[in-house]
Order: sequence, then structure tokens, then C-alpha cells
Amino acid sequence: MQPLERYASIVDEFDAFRAACDRPLPSVVRVNTLKASIARARAALDADNVEYEATDWHPGILRLEERGPGTSWPYFHGWLHGQEEVSVLPALALDPQPGDVVWDACAAPGSKTTQLADLMDDRGVLLGNDNNLGRLSALRHNAERLGITNLVVTNQDARNFSFKPFGDRTDDENRIEAVDRALVDAPCSCEGTIRKNPDALDQWSMDHVESVVGIQKGILRRAVQATRAGGTVVYSTCTFAPEENEAVLNHALETEDCELREWEPPAGFETDPGITEWDGDEYDPSVELAHRVYPHRNDTGGFFCAKLEVTG
Amino acid sequence: MTDPNTDGVDGDSPPENDGHRFDRLPATAAEREVPGRPTRAEVVQWWEQRYGIPPATWEEHTFWEKGNGKLWAFAADVVSPIPVESLGLRILRTRQEHWKPSTDAVQRFGRAATENVVRLDRTEAERFARGEDQELPRWDGDWGYVIAAHEIADGVEPIGVGLYLHGELRSTVPKGRQEDLS
Ligand SMILES: C[S@@+](CC[C@H](N)C(=O)[O-])C[C@H]1O[C@@H](n2cnc3c(N)ncnc32)[C@H](O)[C@@H]1O
Repeated sequence: MQPLERYASIVDEFDAFRAACDRPLPSVVRVNTLKASIARARAALDADNVEYEATDWHPGILRLEERGPGTSWPYFHGWLHGQEEVSVLPALALDPQPGDVVWDACAAPGSKTTQLADLMDDRGVLLGNDNNLGRLSALRHNAERLGITNLVVTNQDARNFSFKPFGDRTDDENRIEAVDRALVDAPCSCEGTIRKNPDALDQWSMDHVESVVGIQKGILRRAVQATRAGGTVVYSTCTFAPEENEAVLNHALETEDCELREWEPPAGFETDPGITEWDGDEYDPSVELAHRVYPHRNDTGGFFCAKLEVTG
Repeated sequence: MTDPNTDGVDGDSPPENDGHRFDRLPATAAEREVPGRPTRAEVVQWWEQRYGIPPATWEEHTFWEKGNGKLWAFAADVVSPIPVESLGLRILRTRQEHWKPSTDAVQRFGRAATENVVRLDRTEAERFARGEDQELPRWDGDWGYVIAAHEIADGVEPIGVGLYLHGELRSTVPKGRQEDLS
């Protein structure tokens, strides 16, 4: 079965959706304002004759006409980072402030981590964690190139992330026992990356979806527990499967002290609401506040993003 | 290798540097416990003396050692020692005769430098980014580790760390960062 056919009943203009999934994705870079202003980075690209167009919703997110960003001076200086356009959303939803303590539970290779550092103006503490050591070295490489100094990298299973290395339950004045904000950019079936990896769905199976759902639930629950009351947790995936999206949120709402919160993506970025029914299951009505991103709406990859507040 | 749990308990030998964790640098020599460990004051002073980088540049940062002589700058403060994969940005290699700054440090903080900055023209900068050594007889400043920089988008921007010796500028841009930009 073609996995995407499962969504004919929930996606408007399904033919346009299918057609968009078959088109390759434009190459996009984000300006790293820790090292250069948007104006300076764009001036350097102009001087290098690199053609680009700013997205209509952010002057520092640039769609390149042709070559990848790797071979230009502004990239060499760490003024730019290649990041898919849609993947910019979760960090905007999390909205970290300079001085916050932020946990990125599934951080490698670090597109969102490095964007979080930029939004934090490289101040406060950013915990970048991943359970895959090989992918962590890519995270470190990216953070170094971008000149980030507020990142602490850890290698733990996020489902039972421990603050022990940070002085949990000691009387050290610098200890960290909870965070202000957490991002769970979960491992998933990656259906939404089909435009970047045409073979993304070759390995798709319901068994795989089910096994990854268990991990997603475990990581989201731990993120809610690790965040102080009143803090924010953002959950995102690059897949359309409701089992991995709304059903995971529903599980967190049932088992942990948290609530969905409204969040508006930047003006000009069109999303669809979360769904409350799927395959005979019903979800908490508040999951409608989550955002589904379909490739045909903004000419991006597919995505899912929800903002939660920790209440207990 | 010392066992972190017995560190400081064992009265016979002084505490040692442990390559598996980060230790905050002592503020001054008076507070130093691990022999040979540089102090925060020495590090700040070194950047100022060698490159003219003002001490205020580092006001918000803490300094850490992991591995023998490898120093890191972190934007906040955390418990010390801390057993994590990385902490902030690696800025400097010490515990050797000539301290060596990292490419990352120079790219991030080198804009504030006023001394030992070698300005390269377009072709020279391209050679440097490719990781090539080049003759540069016009430099009449200090020998040793210098900041290689060039002009881009109406400003001077550090490219990386050069080693200047006998009329030659060697590029220390790490392999994984070398790029053909011509
Ligand atoms: C979607 S990717 C993250 C992409 C990353 N946030 C970025 O923007 O570059 C999911 C990551 O989760 C990691 N992962 C999978 N299971 C994990 C677990 N139990 N604990 C921590 N990380 C996990 C994977 O190694 C993978 O790097």
C-alpha cells in the first residue's frame, strides 16, 4: 500500500498534496545572527553572486536558486546554516528567551538546536541531547561552526533523561533540576520528508509506526516531567501519521500535567488544525490546536507541531 | 586517571586533570588546586596581550578544561566537574609553550582583535580557506599564531588561525572545514 493514500480522507485537495510530495524541495538556509546580521549575510551572498529569495514570512530564511550553501564565504564564516524551511517552526513555537534553561531532547544533527541558540542570543543554558553518538558529532560540528557557546551536549536516552550530571539533588548553586522549556523533535516515520528523500517511504510499515510511537510517548512524557510548572513543551515530527502526532499528544494529556496551547505560525504560513478522530479513535478536542503542515500549502516538506504548557 | 569519586579525598597526591569531564578554571593562581591548570585570569590576559581582545569580551563566559590543556568557553555557569559530551565552544589549547587558539574561537571572538591580525586579499584568503600554506613576506608583525582575516560585506572578518614562521603563513583550518571558494 502507498502509505500516503491513508490520508485521502483528512487532507484537502488531496491531488495537489500528492503532486507536491513528488516535487523536489528547494534548498534553504537560515542566517545565524550570532555571527552576522541578516543584512550583512545577504550582502555577502550578493557579492558572491549566489541567487536567493527570502521567504515571504522571514527575512533571514532564504531559498537558494541553485547550489548548496556549502561553497560560499558566508557559509564558511558560519553566517548561514542549511535548514529546511518548515523545520524552523518548532523553535519559533517554543520561543526561548535569553537566560532560559532549555532542553532539546532529540537534538542531532542540530538544525533546531542551533536555531534555539540564536533565538536565545547565545545566553542561558541549552541542553542538546541525543541517544545516537554518531549523530551527536554532527550536532557538535554544526554548533562549533556557528560559534555557539551556550550549548551543553549530552548522550542519554531521552525517555529517562537524568539531571544527575547537572547536580540534581545537591545544594550546588549552579545545579539544574528542571528546565523552562523543552523541545521534543521526535524520531518518526518521516513521511513528510518524501520530497527530500524520495525513498523515505520504502521502509514504511504499520509495525514501524507502532514501535516508534512507544518511543515518542516516552520522550514527550519525560519532557513534561522535566519542565517546571508554567513552562513550555513543543512536540514536533516530520510525519503525517495521526498515531505519531495527535495520539501521542492525547497520551501526554491523559498521563501528565499539561495542556495544549494556541500558537500562531508566522503570517503567511498556512497550516491545518490537528484532527480529533482517526481510525475509530477519538482524541482530546484540544489537539485541534496543533498544526499540520501539508506540502502543497506552502511548498515545503510535511510537518506536525504542537505547543503544550506544563500545569503541575 | 583519577576516580572522580575519590578526587580530593586521597591526601597523598594532588588532584589531576580528568579527560572525561569538564572542570571550571580557577579564577586566579591562589585558587588553583590542579597543578598546571591555567587560570581564568591568565586566559583573559593572554587574549588581550596577544590579540588585543578586551577582557570585557569574556565577562559573561565561564572557562573549563577537559583533556590535557584543552579549554572551553561556556555562556553560563553549571556545576563543576560536569561529565558531559561538550560544554560551550573549544577556544584554546594550553599546557604547551605556545598556546593555540581554535578556528571556532577566532571566528566567533576574533572580530574584536587589534593585534596579530593578518589581512589577506582575495586570492590569499582563498588559499588559506583551502588549507594551503603560502609565502607572505610582507607581514612584519610577530611570529607564531596569528588571526587570518579578510574583507567581506563592508567589514573585516576573521577566517581562522594561521601559523606565521620564516616568511610563510601556514593555514591551520581543520580538514573538515577546508573549502575551495575560488
Ligand atoms: C527528527 S531527528 C532530530 C532532528 C533534530 N532535532 C534537528 O533539527 O536537526 C530525531 C532524533 O532523535 C534521536 N532519538 C531517537 N530515539 C531517541 C531516544 N530514545 N532518546 C534520545 N534521542 C533519540 C535520533 O537519534 C534522531 O537524531
